[in-house]
Amino acid sequence: MTDLVQLESVGVALGGQPILTDITLALAPGETTAIVGPNGSGKTTLLRLLATLIRPGTGNGLVLGSDLRGTVVRSVRNSIGLITHTPALIEELTIRENLVHFCRISNRPERSADRALSVVGLENAANRTVSRSSFGMKRRAEIAWLLVAKPKLLLLDEARSGLDVEARTLIDSLTRLTIERNGGVVTVSHEADGLGSGLAAIHRLVNGRLELVR
Amino acid sequence: MTLWRQSKEVMRVDLLVEQRIGDAFRIVLPFAVVAMMIFSLAIPASFSEVGEIGTAVFWAVAVLYGMQVALRTSVSETEQRRDISMLLGLDPAARFIGRSMAAALLLIGFMAVLLVAMVLLFDPDLPSGWFGPTALAVLLAAGGLAMLATLAGEVASGLRNQSALASLIIAPLVIPIVVGASQAVESIATKEGILIWILLLITTDLALLVAGVGLSRPLEEASR
Repeated sequence: MTDLVQLESVGVALGGQPILTDITLALAPGETTAIVGPNGSGKTTLLRLLATLIRPGTGNGLVLGSDLRGTVVRSVRNSIGLITHTPALIEELTIRENLVHFCRISNRPERSADRALSVVGLENAANRTVSRSSFGMKRRAEIAWLLVAKPKLLLLDEARSGLDVEARTLIDSLTRLTIERNGGVVTVSHEADGLGSGLAAIHRLVNGRLELVR
Repeated sequence: MTLWRQSKEVMRVDLLVEQRIGDAFRIVLPFAVVAMMIFSLAIPASFSEVGEIGTAVFWAVAVLYGMQVALRTSVSETEQRRDISMLLGLDPAARFIGRSMAAALLLIGFMAVLLVAMVLLFDPDLPSGWFGPTALAVLLAAGGLAMLATLAGEVASGLRNQSALASLIIAPLVIPIVVGASQAVESIATKEGILIWILLLITTDLALLVAGVGLSRPLEEASR
């Protein structure tokens, strides 16, 4: 089966500054891979590269079968789920309005938003404005969206940090569901204990270079 | 079909956000009315043609402050929000169209209030039949300014001093809109042909629509 992610000697420079150098990484369907590294090592840049949000400067990369350098990559974005440090929600809208907006833009049924909000325990806070919601609530709202979106490639950037046990369990469930659908998960963290379980591989990212730990 | 559906959704959310934060009508509009009042107070009492400069002041204030209204969404967009838009599969052309439609609706309301303020402050000698052509000029100017500001916001997106840069991009390109709109209104009073100025506004709007839609995808790619 074709790998979900195939990076070969990929380099990324931002503002003339090399951030990632000679990155080679593969992710098969049904696998979770972890990347650990200190702050500023390039973890977020690597996830943004995998999310097709930045283009490689050197090397070759395929994500969900699409060349990262090409414009065709736009067609696979809808199958990628990304959780970053800062929740990507519209602050002035309520949690429910955000999910409805996402459903309408991506042409998914709106009723699935309410179901997902209930699953993550936000049914009573659904009409709260994002700007008045706690970090944990925002994170749960993102998880609810990913339950609706059912991404084939799930990218988690320190997704478990700052969350209570229940919310961490939701992240684990999201990971498990993605794997069960034969998707893939890439999770990054600055510490090894924040990675969750069932990992196919662990890599360490140091100064923009990736090393296989196990 | 997807393009239109996404455009309408982008417009709906932009207007909803504006309704909640109220930048255009609770902050920029009062300042614009005050600017108009300052103009009217600064004119020497001996100057007898106050009514005649009312429309010129209206267009100057409407365009300068209208830029702030039209630019507000694109320059305040966070990187996270752009990322999620891309991952949702939002067509950049739909973002341009939706955002421009929202800005145009806000500008129409904004200019309507300024028009009333201009009539009250400058008491211009309005010729009969002025309303229809003026309303048409306002609609076309609002559409053009909205598309221009949205396009400038996209070009300057992610750059340092984005707000200032977007304003600098707009400044020279807004000239045909200002000339077309002000001359269309002026030509009612002088009973000269209005059609040429309306055509100038329509041509400018169409050119901005084609440029905005055509450049939206390359601009998104360039931002990667």
